[in-house]
Amino acid sequence: MMKKDIFDVSRREFLISGSKAVGLGAGFSLGLYLPLTSQGALASEWDELPSAGDPEVNAWVVIEPDDTVIIRIARSEMGQGTLTGLAQMVAEELECDWSKVITEYPTPGQNLARDKVWGSFSTGGSQGIRGSHLYVRKGGAVARQMLIQAAAEQWEVPESECRVAKSVITHEASGRSTTYGKVAAAAAELFPPEHVELKDPKDWQLIGKPVKRLDTDDKLNGKQVFGADLKLPGMLNAAIKACPVFGGKLASFDDAKTGKMPGVHKVVRVGEDAVAVVADTWWQAKTALDALPIKWDKGANAAVSSASIDKLLEQGLTSSDKVYVGNKQGDVNKAMAGAVKTVEAIYDYPYQNHATMEPMNATARWTREKCEVWCPTQNGEAALEAAAEASGLPISQCDVYKIHLGGGFGRRGAFHDFVKQAVAIAKQFPGKPIKLLWSREEDMTHGHYHPITKCKLTGGLDKKGNLTALHVRISGQSILASVRPNWLAENGADMITFQGFHPDGDHAISYSVPNLLVEHAMRNPHVPPGFWRGVNINQNAIYMECFLDELAHAAGKDPLEFRRKLMADHPKSLAVLNTVADKAGWSKPAGKGIHRGLAVVKTFGSHVAACAEVSVDKKGKLKIHRIVAATDPGYAVNPQQIEAQVEGSFVYGLSALLYGECTIKDGAVEQTNFHNYPSMLMDEMPEVETIVMPSGGFWGGIGEPTIAVAAPAVLNAIYAATGKRIRQFPLKDVDLRATG
Amino acid sequence: MAKLKINGKLVEIDVDGSTPLLWVLREHLDLTGTKYSCGIGTCGACTVHVDGQAVRSCIVPVSSLDSSREIVTIEALSTDNNHPLQQAWKELDVPQCGYCQPGMIMAAAVLLNNNPEPTDEDIDGNITNICRCGTFNRVRRGIHLAARINKSSNKRGGA
Repeated sequence: MMKKDIFDVSRREFLISGSKAVGLGAGFSLGLYLPLTSQGALASEWDELPSAGDPEVNAWVVIEPDDTVIIRIARSEMGQGTLTGLAQMVAEELECDWSKVITEYPTPGQNLARDKVWGSFSTGGSQGIRGSHLYVRKGGAVARQMLIQAAAEQWEVPESECRVAKSVITHEASGRSTTYGKVAAAAAELFPPEHVELKDPKDWQLIGKPVKRLDTDDKLNGKQVFGADLKLPGMLNAAIKACPVFGGKLASFDDAKTGKMPGVHKVVRVGEDAVAVVADTWWQAKTALDALPIKWDKGANAAVSSASIDKLLEQGLTSSDKVYVGNKQGDVNKAMAGAVKTVEAIYDYPYQNHATMEPMNATARWTREKCEVWCPTQNGEAALEAAAEASGLPISQCDVYKIHLGGGFGRRGAFHDFVKQAVAIAKQFPGKPIKLLWSREEDMTHGHYHPITKCKLTGGLDKKGNLTALHVRISGQSILASVRPNWLAENGADMITFQGFHPDGDHAISYSVPNLLVEHAMRNPHVPPGFWRGVNINQNAIYMECFLDELAHAAGKDPLEFRRKLMADHPKSLAVLNTVADKAGWSKPAGKGIHRGLAVVKTFGSHVAACAEVSVDKKGKLKIHRIVAATDPGYAVNPQQIEAQVEGSFVYGLSALLYGECTIKDGAVEQTNFHNYPSMLMDEMPEVETIVMPSGGFWGGIGEPTIAVAAPAVLNAIYAATGKRIRQFPLKDVDLRATG
Repeated sequence: MAKLKINGKLVEIDVDGSTPLLWVLREHLDLTGTKYSCGIGTCGACTVHVDGQAVRSCIVPVSSLDSSREIVTIEALSTDNNHPLQQAWKELDVPQCGYCQPGMIMAAAVLLNNNPEPTDEDIDGNITNICRCGTFNRVRRGIHLAARINKSSNKRGGA
């Protein structure tokens, strides 16, 4: 169990140069509550952050004289609710009045200048809460102590005699009280305390409460300014096309006519592989770009197709070349040879696009002295590095102003291609802000795609139907080899490929199989892969959970019982599985024509399970009636937001299952927009019953885990309904009519 | 030159007639609550009201409109975030990233005008906006709640 955490506080860590919050950037970072006329969002109205000029108690907390508490949030808000959760954690220790809390983003440039006082800005891997809970709570606790000290010094009483609640400090013996807003300026002058003690989780008042999000109001009336909406004085707009074949180059373009089209300022080369039209409005830029004759040097990759990629992966199922081991227990070959029955199956999982609702975009202003970028990003620091790289300026002369994202899903974390492009264009217009917005077509065809893999699974059963051997051979693309080669293991293995199959840790397998071998034959086509909400657990959970279902049926056993037998050493995974089975009524028949399927995983440190109820009519039409989902994230900071994430995860995961596929022709992605890369709609969305069951003692992620159980639970239910085992996705082209 | 009536105001905009209404709203009138996402009328993020009907503004050239048509955008749905749908959305914390929500709310507002007490089936049939965050179930509950808010305020108003 978590004990009270006592921290030593280094002075360096919390000491700031002045007592006023200044220098967070001459630009702005948030559009949440800053003045915004109905005539749009001009930067001149946004020149200051809410905290400007107010006392900064420490890096996390600024308090205005009217007791408004400004909590600094380093991670990005992209819908997942982290902004509110992080604010809850600071406020819990700060003991402030929650109704007076607002938030702001510090800039990554300031983080660098202040020795990374805000820690990591990276918002991925379901890390927002679990990766920073200790230091943000500590930030709140330190600020509280300083505020108390300031009041105690004014009253000349011992700090230990002062009490705080809801931003009010009270000294009962003398009957005096004051508020945070009145002592914040004095507190800001103090050195931080040498030690702070964090609350025991049982004493939490705000953490664990289903409080409302802090960022809703402006999302209801159009006031929320996203990157795509930004307008700066004198700004020009850019539309871009990059070579459709990944790795290809821009050969030439002919701007004789296009350059004279209405509103067009210039047609410019962007890096090696792209061309952009810069115009007064984006619509003018896009219209001109569509009319621009462009020649591409497509290179050798133009010969690649989905069929050639499939052949490459097929070969990896049996090859011994570039094969890495992710988990090995016992002796699979020996056990398989001794098995009474073996079962074998091959699954395929396609490329998929993140398809954020807001297409990629960034606004940049470049001069010889400074480069500034305004953009939606999951990682402000990475965006800053991209800006610096593209600008040719020292990083200390660059900064990034973060804007809430219109969806991230992993696309805007490790990749800032759109930032580099915006800066490359802005360099050709010194002093002028340039807003680069990708068309949906550009976004669909220039993603960093969910990687493609195949998987061959072989299972061995003994005469009692117990699973004695399991061999999993994944063949396909490594994300790390392309994106983070320095994260590969010493032998070259990409351990993230084995999410859900690891022997232990955040992505450990939830079953004990006495003889187990999990391998990855790394096969890397030219299509750029990326971290896609959930990453490799999405397909690995399909492989494992659907194949376990196959094994259960081969053994003549109930899929729940079959799993339970393998889960004695995995009590927390077993608990979520049992919960969904109980709530769904697994032991009793479902309604007429309705069939159930199960799935369970441990991933991103959390344990999640789902039971899906589906029917398939005579024409093969699938209806998903209900899903019961359980999540044990250790601690649940905001249960209603966890419910929202769980529900949303089914939309993302089931959209992928039903429709998600990017195919390759002549080296390029064929899908261009939502008409040929559809997403699930309201009428396909089942009822979801979410059970949040935090068991304490660990911190698991929320934004990604549930996606992994969405597809296998539904697929196992489809099998129950039809007798059909679907092993190729998406389902849109699959005949689901019952066999026989 | 396009002459339009937007949020009750007559405006004249010097723009090519083929320009979609979406881009006139966003780039000429700074009404950026109406979002660009697909540009082909598929996702609904650009939904506005034209004469009380939900219209996907990314595929409507301004040349097809004139000042006799009443165009309403999310910015003018209410004066103070107090439309029943906005109240319900707030109560249920419907938005996640929020990018699709203006379109979602505008589509829902037309549904409620035409059908004050829609069933789940009515909602499923009428709200065909894409939301990648996956807010559908809260959207559905939000529409039902807005219908109840409407009903109770109508009762009070009528009494």
